Amino acid sequence: MTASSLTGRSGARIESRNLKAQLRRTERRRKLEAAALVAPLLIFLAVFFLAPIVGMLIRSVENSELPTTMPETAAALRQWDGIDLPPEPVFASFARELAAGQRDRTLAGVAKRLTYEVPNMRSVLFATARGLPETPNGTWRDTLTARDKTWGDPATWAVMRRAAAPVTPLYMLASVDREMDASGSIVKVASDRAIYIDIFIRTFWMAAVVTVWCLVLGYPLAFKLASLPPRVSNLLMILVLLPFWTSILVRTGAWVVLLQREGPINEALQWVGLISEPLQLVYNRVGVYVAMIHILLPFMVLPLYSVMRGISPAYMRAATSLGATPFTAFRRVYLPQTIPGVGAGCLLVFILGVGYYITPALVGGAGDQMVSYFVAFFTNQTINWGMAAALGSVLLIATLLLYWVYARLVGIDRMRMG
Amino acid sequence: MGCRSSLFLGVALMAMAVGGAEARDLTVTSWGGSYQDAQREVYFQPFMKQTNTKLVEDSWNGGVGALRAKVEGGNSDWDVVQVEAEELVLGCEEGLFEQLDWAALGGRDKFIPAAVDDCGVGAIVWTTLITYDGAKIKDGPKSWADFWDVSKFPGKRGLRRGPKYTLEFALMADGVPSEQVYEVLRTDAGVDRAFKKLDQIKSNVVWWEAGAQPLQLLASGEVAMTSAYNARVTAANKSDNRDFKIVWQGGVYAVDSWVILRDSPNKEAAMDLIAFMSDAANQKNLPPKIPYGVTSKEAAALVDPAVLPIMPTEPGNLAVEVQLDTEFWVANTERLTERFNAWIGQ
Amino acid sequence: MGSILNLPPHATGAQKAWHVALWALTALVLAFLILPILVIIPLSFSSGSFLNFPLPGLSLRWYHELLGSERWLSSLRNSVVVAISSTLLATVLGTLASLGLQRARFPGHALVMALVISPMVVPLVIVAVGVYFFYAPLGLTGSLLGLTLAHTALAAPFVVITVSATLQGFDTNLSRAAASLGANQTTAFFRVTLPIILPGVVSGALFAFVTSFDEVVVALFLTGPGERTLPRQMFDGIRENISPVIAAAATLLIVLSILLMTVMEVLRRRSERLRGIR
Repeated sequence: MTASSLTGRSGARIESRNLKAQLRRTERRRKLEAAALVAPLLIFLAVFFLAPIVGMLIRSVENSELPTTMPETAAALRQWDGIDLPPEPVFASFARELAAGQRDRTLAGVAKRLTYEVPNMRSVLFATARGLPETPNGTWRDTLTARDKTWGDPATWAVMRRAAAPVTPLYMLASVDREMDASGSIVKVASDRAIYIDIFIRTFWMAAVVTVWCLVLGYPLAFKLASLPPRVSNLLMILVLLPFWTSILVRTGAWVVLLQREGPINEALQWVGLISEPLQLVYNRVGVYVAMIHILLPFMVLPLYSVMRGISPAYMRAATSLGATPFTAFRRVYLPQTIPGVGAGCLLVFILGVGYYITPALVGGAGDQMVSYFVAFFTNQTINWGMAAALGSVLLIATLLLYWVYARLVGIDRMRMG
Repeated sequence: MGCRSSLFLGVALMAMAVGGAEARDLTVTSWGGSYQDAQREVYFQPFMKQTNTKLVEDSWNGGVGALRAKVEGGNSDWDVVQVEAEELVLGCEEGLFEQLDWAALGGRDKFIPAAVDDCGVGAIVWTTLITYDGAKIKDGPKSWADFWDVSKFPGKRGLRRGPKYTLEFALMADGVPSEQVYEVLRTDAGVDRAFKKLDQIKSNVVWWEAGAQPLQLLASGEVAMTSAYNARVTAANKSDNRDFKIVWQGGVYAVDSWVILRDSPNKEAAMDLIAFMSDAANQKNLPPKIPYGVTSKEAAALVDPAVLPIMPTEPGNLAVEVQLDTEFWVANTERLTERFNAWIGQ
Repeated sequence: MGSILNLPPHATGAQKAWHVALWALTALVLAFLILPILVIIPLSFSSGSFLNFPLPGLSLRWYHELLGSERWLSSLRNSVVVAISSTLLATVLGTLASLGLQRARFPGHALVMALVISPMVVPLVIVAVGVYFFYAPLGLTGSLLGLTLAHTALAAPFVVITVSATLQGFDTNLSRAAASLGANQTTAFFRVTLPIILPGVVSGALFAFVTSFDEVVVALFLTGPGERTLPRQMFDGIRENISPVIAAAATLLIVLSILLMTVMEVLRRRSERLRGIR
């Protein structure tokens, strides 16, 4: 009996251990299945989304122009201690590779890279390369210096040496209005070239203004809609959702048309007699704000509305029945409950606003462009890709920080559309 | 299942990528708007009909950077491009263009000297100048000094975004005689002077990039006067029944050229197209549609005399215009563009 | 169902004023949201070539010009091809991933979720520049394929979000019941799970479609003359030559968004009914 009870108990123990193991196995299988289901999208995003962005980050410190076109010169420059002028072999290999580059027409990249630090290096390089003799007249150092005295200046070679390094801080420094001087220490750039810090401030300021306006307009709207009977509010929500579903270009284009000097708004204001001269509403800050607020407002209203819908009117009634004025009841009881919606809406609008490109480009003037415009400008117009990548990296880091805050405060899984 | 499907997906994508890398159609890139409409009618469509090749069009707003991006980006989708004078020199030096087959064009001496280069052949002679709406301003501006005078002529101004032309105009507005503009601009003090003059109207300027924009801005009343390309003004007057006036005084003229981007897969067809567009019999048809100057000596003699007075190459007009100093812009584009961008972004 | 600030009969003057002011503000904000979109529509039927009122007359000339232009038609074609391909790809990948994310919490679950959603928040210009650099050496610039791949990445989060939301209300006992009745996993998915989450999948797909169909920044970087999309064509039009053709194109796009919104709303109601929320 004891024995049987023992076996019985141990049997139960074995069984339960089996069950546990089985459960654990099932659990592990479920996790594997889950991972296998997520894997295709994850791999896809890693290759076609994440890798390009990492590539962009790397490009912001890439320094391959000189090492690719003039490998020997670059290697020799890296050996050099950087004091005074480099030794003759550096000049010799430079002269050889310069002539080869001129022949094969591959100098453009090096010229471009050097121009970023010394603006006239492009002409110096091409002028030196044009008709360079095959053998030196004396030393190569004298020959090159005779062709252009820039080559006799240690500062030139300090720049060359920096261009020969495998990576460069040049672009990242420039994106915060800093540069390296001849001695290699970091200094502020001249005030007539220092623009990027201002542009970052402008970008965040504009996004903040748009966010505040969206909140000011969106909060009462969401409040009113949430307090209406569902049939009415569902109907009115269409007016919020239709803009949300309409193409950004349609909306931006509509604003360009509306705000024109001879457009409907100016005409209406003049007809009513409010103004005698048309107002300048487009290709300036006003236009950008109006269009951006219009485009981003639904992103504020939707989260606010869903939070407010969930607040029971009983709280407010209780507060007023306890003697609170409607205003106090609103401030002390209703408002605190809407804070999650306010946070979600503001962060979302701000994150989206910071990255805006199309709307300022079409509706704004030269002084209303945000960081994104400059990223695009450097990529497509001047192909200073290092600079585009550096500005992009700073913008990306700022956005990811905000995204992290959003994830902590609101939760990623609560991000909803419509 | 996940792994297998993603493998399939990968294979399918690779197959599509390889398929996508096939030869593409000959692409010609010009400056858009009414100008390209005219080119389409006079050059592109007749060329397609005659040679039975498909021609794809694109348009751009200039900048040697855009050409570098195409060639060095490794996946260029342009073949024939109309470039500005300093872009021709810079790009040729940097190896962005193919060398032209001048024999196919009938020899170098068939063209005006400014239209001849190893890498390109002149397409048009064109002028950037002041235009305003005659229906709104009766006694209009006569010079760049008037253009700068916002109290005499209230309203916004349109200017092309970039240092080229803008600095020249600023110096002329500041009283520098047109023949000394580049002499002054070659000094640091001269550049400072131009930027200082620009500061005066900075808040009144709407900057444009594409050639069609200034006419749009003028038509919508957004600007009171603007710089624009001469023939587009004529085209807008014709198509929209406008009375936009042209001020030849102080206009800056230059030659645009056709080039073939390096490593074009359609090099032969590209050369055929350029030869077609350089043929006097075809070139003479362009000015009646859009009155820019032609580059073929023979074509210049064949142009309908009725359009001569509104062409930049008419001697009376030429006398009050300034020739763009290509050499200056070849040497200074990078430096001044950087300074201009910093100035405009501030 | 009373409104929160339902006015009692004894409401003070201040309360009445507040009530009126709130209504007025609501009406103004709603007008601000909807009027700019509606104003474009009559302008597209103008017989004149300028975009202002009063209209000189009514005509369909701008629609003729729009639908007779090879440029607009080919850009429409390109947009439709890219939008449909990226929608299919994003919907399949996104739905699978949502099922996986729902099935079990695995290590790095939160990180995976953050990565999957990130295409929604990373500024478009950064995505555009990144893919422009990265796709060029692979021969993926200047091809509709490259644009499709980028758009798929941008659209996938919308599918994941919508399908996940639907799955949260999904009673897993249903698929267990199917399994206990002898259905294998695939059968259970296609016969039980999919029909129930289908409204979510379809609305995710609609979101994906709109994301791709409207996207212009990446298109500006990745497409050449042969792959011009509709938004890119609109962008150039707005910048260089705002004519009523743009208004006509905009009107057609507005009609499309009304259609999509209606479908969405129908789906939402159906899904709520199926999941027994209402």
